[in-house]
Amino acid sequence: MTIEVLGISVLWLFLFGYVIVASIDFGAGFFNASTIITKQHHVVNAVIQRYLSPVWEITNVFLVFFFVGMIGFFPKTAYYFGTVLLIPISISIILLALRGSYYAFGTYGTKGHKGYTLMYGVTGALIPASLSTALIISEGGFVKKATNGTLSLDYAALFTSPFAWSIVVLSLTSVLFISASFLAYYSHVAEDNGALKLFRKYTWIWSFPTLITALGIIIEMKWHNPAHFEGMLNLWWLFLLSAICFFISLWLLKKHSYGWSFIFVVLQFALAFYGYGTSRYPYLLYPYLTIHDSFTNQTMAIALVVVFVLGLLLLIPALYLVFKLFIMNKPYIKKGN
Amino acid sequence: MKKMESVEFSRYLSMLTLSVHVVFATVGVGVPLFIMIAHWLGLRRGDEQYLLMAKRWARGYVISVAVGVVTGTAIALQLALLWPKFMEMAGQVVALPLFMETFAFFFEAIFLGIYLYTWNRFKNPKHHFYLLIPVALGAGMSALFITSVNAFMNTPQGFALVDGKLTNIQPLLAMFNPAMPTKVAHVLTSAYMTAAFVLASIAAFHLLRGSRSSYHRKGLALTMKIGLVFSIATALVGDLSGKFLAEYQPEKLAAAEWHFETEGEAPLILFGTLTETNEVKYAIKIPYALSFLVHSNFSGEVKGLNDIPKENHPPLVIHYLFDAMVTIGIGLTVLSLAYVIGLRRNWRFIQNKLFRMLLVASGPLAMLAIQAGWWFTEVGRQPWILNGLMKTKDAATTSPHVWLMFIAFAVLYLILMIGTGVVLTRMFKKNPAELEMEKRGIAL
Repeated sequence: MTIEVLGISVLWLFLFGYVIVASIDFGAGFFNASTIITKQHHVVNAVIQRYLSPVWEITNVFLVFFFVGMIGFFPKTAYYFGTVLLIPISISIILLALRGSYYAFGTYGTKGHKGYTLMYGVTGALIPASLSTALIISEGGFVKKATNGTLSLDYAALFTSPFAWSIVVLSLTSVLFISASFLAYYSHVAEDNGALKLFRKYTWIWSFPTLITALGIIIEMKWHNPAHFEGMLNLWWLFLLSAICFFISLWLLKKHSYGWSFIFVVLQFALAFYGYGTSRYPYLLYPYLTIHDSFTNQTMAIALVVVFVLGLLLLIPALYLVFKLFIMNKPYIKKGN
Repeated sequence: MKKMESVEFSRYLSMLTLSVHVVFATVGVGVPLFIMIAHWLGLRRGDEQYLLMAKRWARGYVISVAVGVVTGTAIALQLALLWPKFMEMAGQVVALPLFMETFAFFFEAIFLGIYLYTWNRFKNPKHHFYLLIPVALGAGMSALFITSVNAFMNTPQGFALVDGKLTNIQPLLAMFNPAMPTKVAHVLTSAYMTAAFVLASIAAFHLLRGSRSSYHRKGLALTMKIGLVFSIATALVGDLSGKFLAEYQPEKLAAAEWHFETEGEAPLILFGTLTETNEVKYAIKIPYALSFLVHSNFSGEVKGLNDIPKENHPPLVIHYLFDAMVTIGIGLTVLSLAYVIGLRRNWRFIQNKLFRMLLVASGPLAMLAIQAGWWFTEVGRQPWILNGLMKTKDAATTSPHVWLMFIAFAVLYLILMIGTGVVLTRMFKKNPAELEMEKRGIAL
């Protein structure tokens, strides 16, 4: 394995980490807000608050981590993606900022403020959409390079592309699916049957749309980016395994084995995510940027890997502590302390 | 033309984001130390009031951390969005401290979350206290790493530029550049100093409003004593920073001091205004003082702006920023010294209304000095984004939409600032310390 591949694998791992924890977070915010409207808020409120309160900051760090690591390992991405994505990513930042601060205002300040809760839900649904633009344009076809080398984003093409919209829909459905599956498990541990029933229902509602859009995107890829489609076909068995995990997770859900069901949801996404990532090798931004021509100098790469390993030695025990105290801790989940 | 506008708006937007962020970042770096000290005193002396103090400070602190996190995420992403050329280059040289900063931040975020939600969950109360160590350490370390990146922009090193290509990169050399020690030290001491005065002004405010409980008196005494120590430290490091400037960035010091002719026995200029023909009016001149500041003797030669090519001159307005920072810094040192001596000797004047009003003003003033200081250091290295290597105008994005984003972010920050203000006042007004002590059965 070359150090470039090691670098991108590590970053991909962090992006995957972000996808999972942020999905739980975004979905929780969304369910929290939508149940206000459907007047079932009292059912889910306690479970959601108990999970979110101690971990909401950590979610954000995963994103920053991915992003800073990307610039560290592949400095040219700063130039390409930075130039093109000013508007979409600025929108994401604004939504993230509103969401984060409103969460803090609502949780630590004025408890139970409905406006803050609604804001938190709405932004949670919009952020995955705006962040997925980065993924969409990386498939190529939306970035124009003028003769003098200036880059710009073709907004008309982006907004009228069914491919782009499918990815937006996938990001939304999978956020709600992952989140519902986790919250079902969490309310099961809390022995909160009302919440469990509701989240079970949500998991079923969002499961098949996720699978269908994902399949749709693979097919659309054939026209949008044939090279990537070829790559995906070569890894067909990974996507098949992912689909199998999907069905196992639903079967386990039916069998009331919620912890395992959630684990299979994560496995399903991990397989699809790695399959997707591996099949697009070696492009970061098709067809301008590959992981080889944008890789940082050797010295910096080694320094970053060393720091990364040392950092993990600090992080893993710390994350374990969070798990022990809040996520796997029955008395805390049940009573909130 | 379009490009020119993008540069201007990119500068404004960066300045706006950083000016908002630095308020919360300074609180974020400084306050954990005080929560830690209060918590420790509470455990050590068995004094419930100090424990409550730690708890209440932590509650307010979370709100500021939340806004600090989101504005920090904003500036992190904006660096690449607004200055893609710079980030491409910096990514090759200073990715290391940038990366380490996120680790420090991660660490702090994890332990802060645990600390907040584990009051009374540990059998041994000391275990809960220990959680604050990684919080304070993480906050300090992230300030250290990110400041080293800024220091790199002032004194870039750790690479060689051959035909426009970077070679021979040494990440550690880039990180430990000449500007780093003084900058990091100044950032840390001034953050602790500012946090001290911010917390002191809250306590003073309650005393001014007639609070009789010993809670606020304890808080004021604690923060002012520590505030005095850190103001002196900040001033000492500030002096070193001045000497550093004279050696590495003479143009910044010369512009700050309106020092045009290279000469020995250089005077220090305080306040005043500048005419269009660069004549200094209404200023207080302290003879020999600039030479003394720079060389520690009265006749040392100080480089003047006239010996520096005109296109590399920083804007001369930085003089006012420099004066504002130094004046406030000295004023707060004197104020805290007067308070600490007055407390020890039982002087009455520290309880009089006017003096307490000054104490209330100290927090906002310290924050103002932080802003002035950062503006001074950042505007003072114009026209460079990488001193001597890359001009700001060459680093900015080519996107024509920056003005639109500037407006969007301005609205966002306005909402965030108002929201923070409203939430913090409500939080503490509805639940004052006296009421909370009564509820918990703590002696007033």
